Amino acid sequence: MEDEISKIVIRAAAVSLWYGAKRALSDVTMEIREKCVTAFIGPSGCGKSTFLRLFNRMNDLIEGVRITGSVTIDGTDIYRDSLDVVDLRRKVGMIFQKSNPFPKSVYENVAYGPRIQGIKRKSDLDAIVERCLRQSALWDEVKDGLYHSALGLSGGQQQRLCIARALAVKPEILLMDEPASALDPLSTAKIEELIYTLKTDYTIVIVTHNMQQASRVSDYTAFFYMGELVEYDKTPVMFTSPKLKRTEDYITGRFG
Amino acid sequence: MERHFEKEIQQVTERLSAMAEQVKESVTASLHSFLARDTAAAQSVLDNEHVINEFEIGIDNDVVRFFALRQPVAVDLRLVLAIQKINNELERIGDHAVNIAESSKRYAMLDPMRELPDLFRMSEIVAGMLVKSLESFFTKNSELARAQLLQDDEIDRLNRAIILTSIDIAKTTPALIEQAIECIRVSKNLERIADLSTNIAEEEIFHDQARMVKHRTDTIVPPFPM
Repeated sequence: MEDEISKIVIRAAAVSLWYGAKRALSDVTMEIREKCVTAFIGPSGCGKSTFLRLFNRMNDLIEGVRITGSVTIDGTDIYRDSLDVVDLRRKVGMIFQKSNPFPKSVYENVAYGPRIQGIKRKSDLDAIVERCLRQSALWDEVKDGLYHSALGLSGGQQQRLCIARALAVKPEILLMDEPASALDPLSTAKIEELIYTLKTDYTIVIVTHNMQQASRVSDYTAFFYMGELVEYDKTPVMFTSPKLKRTEDYITGRFG
Repeated sequence: MERHFEKEIQQVTERLSAMAEQVKESVTASLHSFLARDTAAAQSVLDNEHVINEFEIGIDNDVVRFFALRQPVAVDLRLVLAIQKINNELERIGDHAVNIAESSKRYAMLDPMRELPDLFRMSEIVAGMLVKSLESFFTKNSELARAQLLQDDEIDRLNRAIILTSIDIAKTTPALIEQAIECIRVSKNLERIADLSTNIAEEEIFHDQARMVKHRTDTIVPPFPM
């Protein structure tokens, strides 16, 4: 675990968010540390995914969304008018619950982003593809089938391919919205191992419904309930001696 | 929402409580057997040892099942950990009761000492610590648990005094050497029972307040750095 002196990368200050008239987040203030894994937990509809999607402005795509408060990444207000959202999303990659590879080859899935960024030379792209597939612990399984369709991979492999694709554009932050909830236990274990390895180089924020997963992979855990951040602390504290009864009731399954 | 976990934890807590009763009985009987030279009481302690051992194995299995199937966290985790440790402490206290019973049987074969060192007082305090420590756990009373920790110094003082008195008796009356040795043995076993009772009280504080109070420290759980 990173210690208290590790740098703060993401700062959310008094963030509230409405979907039309419905308030989904209420005055959430949180700091997320560099090269740590931060897990968001809470019951369905508590606002954890909404809060995650703030960090690469995915909520902008939803009609009727209104946001107050501020979110900064490395000191930059990511909601200022002049911000280049495409550049933000390069810097802040996202992995979704359901793997969504392009209907292209394994190679093209990873090379797609760098190619759009202007990298044309085959040897450069080859190097990026290999690096990212190795980083996502997929290389050994696909190196002999790089030009086969990505849709022929298993669900777990597809999810790791999506992580490789996100890594290809050199992000600094990876957002993961229930990345293993549709996977079998073995694939889930591979994704969790991968998360553990990737935090050496990346700041990772993960939403999960699986409490054991949060305790296994994360350094910090935030518990959300009805749009509020209830408690946020180091994961070992949250899972051995949370300060608030609401947190304890939720993580021990007494809730509701 | 009522959880299946509650019923299971209640069952194992009841089993631990039954074990605790058995251990208290063994400690009381062993002390009585020494102080009253009652060999029948000593024999009952030896005969009951296997009951305590069987409790320990059963509760160990329950705890393993909890970890494997329930993955307890937070207060549930602290409770299961406390049960596991108290189970082990009780089994060891049972062993010390057996040691005292064995001393009783040897002592009963010897001429009685006219005046025993301060074993009456030490027995009273130690038996009280065991009862109160267990009570603190079963009634979730961490204040009562903390009160038991304060008795440690008095026990150490009594143990030292009994050892010195016994050595003195052995020096001045060589015919009582064996009796003096048994007194020292009983005192050492009592000191260990007091220490293990303190551990039980510490487990209650860990369970109830998420604080570790071992070895005269008092820190929040988990201590950092992790």
